[in-house]
Amino acid sequence: MVKRFLKSLKYVFLGLMLLFLYLPILYLIVFSFNDFSTGRRISYANLGVWKGFTFQNYMTLFSGEAGQALLLTLEIAAVSSVVATVIGTAAAIGIYAMKKRTRNLILNVSQLPMVNPDLVTGITFMMLFAFVNALLVQMGLNQVGDIPKLLIAHISFSIPYVIFSVMPRLRQSSDLLYEAAMDLGCSPMQALFKAVIPDIMPGITSGFIMALTMSLDDFVVSYFVSDLKSVLSVYIYSSARGAKGVNPALATVIFIPLVTLLLVVNFRRLAKEREYEIQNKKVKLKDKGGNL
Amino acid sequence: MKRRVFAYPYIVWMVLFIVVPMLFIFFYAVNVRGEWTLTKAWATLTDAGKWNVLWISIVMAFKTTALCLLLGYPIAYILSKMKPSVAGFISVLFFVPMWMNFVLRTYAWQAILEYFLPNVMESGARVLVRILPQEFVTRFWPELIGYRCASLTGTEGAVLMVLVYNFLPFMVMPLYNTLAKLDKSLLEAARDLGANSFTTFFRVILPLSVPGIVSGITMVFIPAITAFTVPALIGNGKYNLYGNEIELAFKTLSGQGDFAVGSTLSLILLLCVLVSTVIMNYFDKDQKEGGQMW
Repeated sequence: MVKRFLKSLKYVFLGLMLLFLYLPILYLIVFSFNDFSTGRRISYANLGVWKGFTFQNYMTLFSGEAGQALLLTLEIAAVSSVVATVIGTAAAIGIYAMKKRTRNLILNVSQLPMVNPDLVTGITFMMLFAFVNALLVQMGLNQVGDIPKLLIAHISFSIPYVIFSVMPRLRQSSDLLYEAAMDLGCSPMQALFKAVIPDIMPGITSGFIMALTMSLDDFVVSYFVSDLKSVLSVYIYSSARGAKGVNPALATVIFIPLVTLLLVVNFRRLAKEREYEIQNKKVKLKDKGGNL
Repeated sequence: MKRRVFAYPYIVWMVLFIVVPMLFIFFYAVNVRGEWTLTKAWATLTDAGKWNVLWISIVMAFKTTALCLLLGYPIAYILSKMKPSVAGFISVLFFVPMWMNFVLRTYAWQAILEYFLPNVMESGARVLVRILPQEFVTRFWPELIGYRCASLTGTEGAVLMVLVYNFLPFMVMPLYNTLAKLDKSLLEAARDLGANSFTTFFRVILPLSVPGIVSGITMVFIPAITAFTVPALIGNGKYNLYGNEIELAFKTLSGQGDFAVGSTLSLILLLCVLVSTVIMNYFDKDQKEGGQMW
């Protein structure tokens, strides 16, 4: 009796925690169907008074600044993660072949952006670009724009994650692979692309996904780096602080694809595990049969 | 061609965009509009207000970390005890919010604390007035009649709650990873040797999960000191933390004079990061050495 009560208490606790985690998301999704028009204008500031059901928020979601910000977010994430993966993978392969002293020095410096608070990374980039732009103005040249600044910052904070997810794979793969490929007549580039890279592909993929999510998720660094144009999270922050508020339909548009993606990935993994289990059972049955 | 050549583009990138930007913190702390001076840095260092904010932030980060640990440990423990298939599914549910834009979620909390919760409390009060005997209400709980709840934003409790909300998954994840990998035969051995579940937990499970606790704390504590979004959106500007001080120094009226203040503040912050990393490493190493000894 007591045990049963404790067991149900466990589920109540998990349920309450899940409610706590999902309450704000559900709140936004519910209010994304709310009518926000006051007269002819739309103001999202009053995000707490239900005034009627409408799909209007979804119609206007990507018009104007929010749409531009979303597009820029996707562009920056795509470009920066690809560039970071290329530079990071090449770096990992190169660093791995170095002498221990140099390797450790470079890896330690590479850890800086991962250990530093985002805030510090953000302000260091802000100061760097302020300095460079001041120099460029003195020389009578154009300043560095928001998009190159964002790209450089995003690539920089992503590369270490790529390096540190490729490194363990390199350690697992054979050191002689590259030399063997060269002995068999490959050029260095061929050896790299035909022998080394296929072997470390899982590490590269996970590094790429990490870089992609880091870039999509980033707020702090983008906030300090950009002046006028910026990514979605900066747009959300500045409109949340301002009077106009944020269109709550954004939550639905981010949340639904995310949940679907994660659940599909998880279910596929589960299905694979079950398949594996069934196969294992079959093997065991076969063994028994053989013994008999 | 030697393989290390492949690293050269990165080394150039690293020097330009990791090492040089860090040097700018030192540069701008002592260089105001092209002049080398320590006055700004000294003024910031001796500003009692800034130290006060730092202290408040550290206390706040402590509270956040402690609450995350108190709530996160049971979650991770319960998840790790479930069947792997079920636990996999539910743990995904716990980590989904982590992937969603945290500024948007914080914005949602702002709306909830400003409108939704006060509304709920007021209607709750109205219902209570109707249900309870009138005499009881007028004698013992007169505040209930015509109860008005002000906006809950701008209070310390609200900021703390949203900070816990934002960092809870970051605490659950390392704890869950450690607890799920725990060798189950150790628990059986403990039971065989006569330990009850209470002793098993405190003498076996808890000590073995220390690495998870340490990495959970590192993932929450420093980000909580530097969090400036939550105090800005939930604290209504009335409740500022150290991150806000740095943000304000850099983002308002970006003149170079502010760079000096912000850089000095960042240097203090980096020192705090260094100290806490050293402390955490000490605990982690302690654990590892203990493991090796056995």
